[in-house]
Amino acid sequence: MAIELGGKTYETDEEGYLVNLADWNDELANEMAKADGATLDENHWEVITFLRDYYEEYQIAPAVRVLTKAIGKKLGKDKGTSKYLYELFPYGPAKQACKYAGLPKPTGCV
Amino acid sequence: MATKKFLYINRKAPHGSIYAQESLEVVLIAAAFEQDVSLAFVDDGVYQLMQNQDTAALGSKNFSPTYRALGDYEVNKIYVEQESLELRGLAKDDLMPLVYEDEDDDWAEKDSIHVVSSAELAEIIEQQDVILNF
Repeated sequence: MAIELGGKTYETDEEGYLVNLADWNDELANEMAKADGATLDENHWEVITFLRDYYEEYQIAPAVRVLTKAIGKKLGKDKGTSKYLYELFPYGPAKQACKYAGLPKPTGCV
Repeated sequence: MATKKFLYINRKAPHGSIYAQESLEVVLIAAAFEQDVSLAFVDDGVYQLMQNQDTAALGSKNFSPTYRALGDYEVNKIYVEQESLELRGLAKDDLMPLVYEDEDDDWAEKDSIHVVSSAELAEIIEQQDVILNF
């Protein structure tokens, strides 16, 4: 599979995850969201940016339980809940947010 | 879901084969399923925790920063065999610091790495439900 954007082609796997991490940019994230019928606002971006930073530091996409806890610590307790994250990313916070962040599917993702 | 005590024993150097990386992957999966996970590093496996690993010349992914995420996964029982370190002229200071935050102690940061003797490790092995060798 692939995403066409601005005259360029970006390769994705069969589930729509970006093959090459370095290809990622903001517009591509918006395009992926649009394909799912979603629009990214600042709350989505907060999580996406967090995930990219986490990957940069640890070389993995965190499992949802780890993500929820870490978000609570970084962005405030009211945001570190499954409810908040599922409202932002109804297809599963780790799975869907990682996709838009250009990361591989999280390890241990269920 | 029933919780079992899992021990993953890592015996091989990190980048010459896929064992270390695969072990880390299944450790994270077991931890995501909230199992009671311990790790042991023996023989050349102690090299997996070395500081400042650089795989650029090998052209493979340097997955060593992922060990530092283990604390987030509540994997904080990491045993390194003393004899294996000594035989290789290594000490705990040569290993990357791995820490976790203790929920029951006001999130105090604590050391996850425990250097244990071969005899102590034998006792730890004795207490497990499932042992996986990598």
